[in-house]
Amino acid sequence: MSKHPQSLRVVIVDDEAPARSRIRDLLEDCASSFPIELAGEAASGRELLELLEEAPADVVLLDIRMPEMDGLEVAQHLLKLPEPPSVIFTTAYNDHALKAFELHAVDYLLKPIRLRRLHDALTRVRAITPLRLDVLQQIAPDARTHLSVQERGKVVLIPVPEILYLRAELKYVTIRTTAREYLLEESLSKLEQEFSGQFVRIHRSCLVAKAHIAGFEKDGGGDGEARWVVTLTGLDEKLPVSRRQQHIVKELGRTVV
Amino acid sequence: MASIDQNRYPNLLPNFRNLGVMLRLLLIVMSMTVVAAALKSYNWYDLLDQSLRISALAQPMVILSLLLLGLADRWLHGLPYPMAVAVVVAVELGVATLVVVAAWAVFTPGTPVLIRTWFFTTVATLLVLAYFNLRSRMLSPALTEARLQALQARIRPHFLFNSINAVLSLVRSEPRRAEAALEDLADLFRVLMADNRDLVPLEREVELCRQYLGLEALRLGDRLRVEWEVNRMPGNALVPPLLLQPLLENAVYHGIEPSMEPGTINIQIFGDGDQVRMLLRNPYHEAGRHHTGNKMALANIRERLSLHFDAEASLQTRSVDGHYEVQITLPYVKEGK
Repeated sequence: MSKHPQSLRVVIVDDEAPARSRIRDLLEDCASSFPIELAGEAASGRELLELLEEAPADVVLLDIRMPEMDGLEVAQHLLKLPEPPSVIFTTAYNDHALKAFELHAVDYLLKPIRLRRLHDALTRVRAITPLRLDVLQQIAPDARTHLSVQERGKVVLIPVPEILYLRAELKYVTIRTTAREYLLEESLSKLEQEFSGQFVRIHRSCLVAKAHIAGFEKDGGGDGEARWVVTLTGLDEKLPVSRRQQHIVKELGRTVV
Repeated sequence: MASIDQNRYPNLLPNFRNLGVMLRLLLIVMSMTVVAAALKSYNWYDLLDQSLRISALAQPMVILSLLLLGLADRWLHGLPYPMAVAVVVAVELGVATLVVVAAWAVFTPGTPVLIRTWFFTTVATLLVLAYFNLRSRMLSPALTEARLQALQARIRPHFLFNSINAVLSLVRSEPRRAEAALEDLADLFRVLMADNRDLVPLEREVELCRQYLGLEALRLGDRLRVEWEVNRMPGNALVPPLLLQPLLENAVYHGIEPSMEPGTINIQIFGDGDQVRMLLRNPYHEAGRHHTGNKMALANIRERLSLHFDAEASLQTRSVDGHYEVQITLPYVKEGK
């Protein structure tokens, strides 16, 4: 594979080593007809994002079924990059997602991948329409396992189980973990829908992780009127429960003492 | 010749040595006794009295029949079905006559009315045999289904394509391993598409499982670890084919694939008196959400176990601290007998 300046930089992402080596073989075959550079290989979405910090790529060949984070979620995080690479999904079987792919003209290759099809996909890769976040969110059947934010040109992944609460402020949503805060550019109501199983709204502007709720307390407040606050495990901060959301104290109160 | 039919399922004639069959027989005869008593009686006291009278004759008959049929079980299964039915009816008539004559000789003066006894015995015997015949037919769709599932849910399409993909990746670098893998794949599909009515020796099923896990190891590499504890396994025990393989496939799909970390599948098989016990253990991940395939495979295995072994076999599952366990117990039926 030549290191021609105009060569197409490709990254292979698959959790199974033989699948990666097969694509590597095929890329070598393609390289005889047009310049391709293998920018790297990754076994998971996390590895891919780390790899892209060092070696930017034009195309990512992305497996859909992977542990930790599936390909559809990885593609959503990729969009946080300043210059997201084109994505061609690879999949071993007729996934329910494929119909949606056709519908939204998302590129994919069926495994076992044929040389001809890979060649075709790579030749028109510069022309393909970039993925759109809303389309990906529609196709992906499950809630994400990570949230991602862009910091200094890098994509930082925050595992959802580590998040204590999400709080809307002006343009952003603050993500709070025990370690620190992050700023996320997404809407709180969309997040509430996506993570309705794990998070509960305690206030117009705040979602709290059910798993991290230590308990509820009556707080005196300045004007003498007591109100409920949520205490969290691993954080001293107390979060107020709005009057409208007080029913959750009853609903969750019993289960968390 | 008897050994041919021993493995031939679905079996229209019940296995008279099976505990489940015996219990069913006892229950059926007891309920028939109560019904007969109810028809003959006018009030509750009468009902009790009549039941006792009939039971006094019926119970020795049942016990004697179970003994004789149990002894003749292998021979009976070697006969053509109509012939076997005739023999069973003849045995029952003989037993009934013997018990009635003996009872009258000891307890009552005079001669018994044997015609009535013969009539009721024949009807009851035919009804019981018809019940077992029907039950066997009802459960046998499980066998056809097992073969169909092999092509649908059982061998999940993703396993087939992933395996072919793994073999393709070996063709250039390690042609010999690719050859071996294709041979294993062929073996696996031969069994999956075969007519799986007959019981097979346990060691053959275990060999198939090793081939299957070998294929999965090709693509999963270090992530898949397997521990076999089969030193005390009775290799000649007869089991339904594809008893373990679908369970291992579930273990890989739910326990190994969803994690980046290596996981261990542990398989224990050992003989325990006249039983064979199997214990499969794999890591379990909460996030796993594709449970329908798992349930289908479990339900199918349960049905087939019940068809072959009735109440003497069991399959239980449980999840304990991050692990999923399947426990199977079945009677130790040896090959060639």
